[in-house]
Amino acid sequence: MVKSAMEVVQAARSEQHITGHEIRSRLFPDFFELHGDRLSGDDPAIVGGVATFRSQPITVITTSRGHDLDERIKKHFGQPEPSGYRKVLRLIKNAEKFRRPVFLFVDTAGAYPGKSAEENGQGQAIAQNLLQIGAAKTPIITIMYGEGGSGGALALACGDEVWMMENSIYSVLSPEGFAAIMWKDASKVSEAAEAMKLTPQDLLKFQVIEGIIEEPEDHQLVCQNIADILATELTKLEKLSNNELIERRYKRFRKF
Amino acid sequence: MKLFQHNNTLTENHVKADKLADDRVPDGFIKRCPKCRTEIFASKLDNYATCPKCHYGFRISAKRRLDWLVDEFEEWDSQLKPSDPLDFPNYQAKIAKAQKISQINESVLTGLAKINQRQFALGIMDPTFIMGSLGQMTGEKLARLFEKATEQRLPVVLFAASGGARMQEGILSLMQMAKVSNAVSKHSKAGLLYIVVLTDPTTGGVTASFATEADIILAEPHAIVGFAGKRVIEQTIHEKVSPDLQDAENVIKHGFIDNIVKRQDEKKLLSWLLQFGGENNG
Repeated sequence: MVKSAMEVVQAARSEQHITGHEIRSRLFPDFFELHGDRLSGDDPAIVGGVATFRSQPITVITTSRGHDLDERIKKHFGQPEPSGYRKVLRLIKNAEKFRRPVFLFVDTAGAYPGKSAEENGQGQAIAQNLLQIGAAKTPIITIMYGEGGSGGALALACGDEVWMMENSIYSVLSPEGFAAIMWKDASKVSEAAEAMKLTPQDLLKFQVIEGIIEEPEDHQLVCQNIADILATELTKLEKLSNNELIERRYKRFRKF
Repeated sequence: MKLFQHNNTLTENHVKADKLADDRVPDGFIKRCPKCRTEIFASKLDNYATCPKCHYGFRISAKRRLDWLVDEFEEWDSQLKPSDPLDFPNYQAKIAKAQKISQINESVLTGLAKINQRQFALGIMDPTFIMGSLGQMTGEKLARLFEKATEQRLPVVLFAASGGARMQEGILSLMQMAKVSNAVSKHSKAGLLYIVVLTDPTTGGVTASFATEADIILAEPHAIVGFAGKRVIEQTIHEKVSPDLQDAENVIKHGFIDNIVKRQDEKKLLSWLLQFGGENNG
């Protein structure tokens, strides 16, 4: 049965949906967290560190929404602050030094739109990620596992490949925000979701993503599917020289 | 006697109380500076269109800026047509209207420019074209600007102005941020200079990509420079924010802008700054 765009939006936001914590603990049981941006702080909305994947050292970065209300407030419901984006960049620069592959798992409504975020250079932080991750000489794969909102998601999805879970979305703005801006009517969410073409199938057609990962109900199977894709794609990317990797990445975005 | 005179004197308050007085002033006759509220006769605004009191630069079209900015200009990619990837209702009409107002094909004007014999690649984003929003073809013109500059070993000067992503083009608008950033990266790695001037308003996806990736970041007085919209910030933190939170004058205090420059000084300053790109530039 084909889901409507709004049903995909709801599934992407569902409480039953797999979390960053679950992905880390099931896929990377030896994950070791590395905190902080070495500059101004440690944004809890981004959890990053090192792990092994099929006995190969890798860097893992996930967004994190938090488990209870207290945690969620601290993590701004998974919306990173500038220091979160800077932490991502410093972890990727570190991975690049050893040509250690990077896996990013993204579920964020977008970058945190707060006063402090503005003053600490939210725009500049995202821009630096686009500029420097785009040129980082190591394989970088992103998996969207919930919401992929706006520039705040793009800053974590500007590497070599982007895959989406069956129940996830990726868009320029939330459908609520889109309805409010375009039609001055926040209640036209379903129409907005439809018009924006934000489902994995739509995005695959636009070649914005490399593929879609099936999501059975059992989360262990979901993680198995993710692991299989990561293994296959990583083998492909690792065969490329640094120059081939960067050139391929340039072409990936140049076609839009 | 004095008292009598006073009662018969028409004071300023009386005039202000005349609610219909405003209607008798023709539209566009008086402009009010959105920053310091100074009222200016529209006819007194010259081509620079700046506030005589606070130096705020009014939003002007790319073509109008070109008039006083450069000595020579050869336009690039004027034949490209905006795309409509989502087949969005009424979008074509909106583009046609924007093209008529701005006299350009998309929200950025690009080309080869010269000031005082110094040659450079120039991009001017146009706030009169759907608020300088970042469409697919805007990104295409910008990517080509940086690519041509890299090929011809030219510095790039960009005047940024944008409300952010072009909603009508959805995800493909978002992709332009990465596309142009990668082109900026290649230009930078080739050892070439990139100067940006942030004009009112520079926000959203443009702030979060190429507008803040330059070697030298300048801004016009009181230009709004930010990522999120003010209303969104207030709804997020549940408090009012200061109206100057995103003024260039506040952003510079946080370390994200190199200097603030008045429009009247831009031509001379750019010509001087272009020599700082090393032997490859200018």
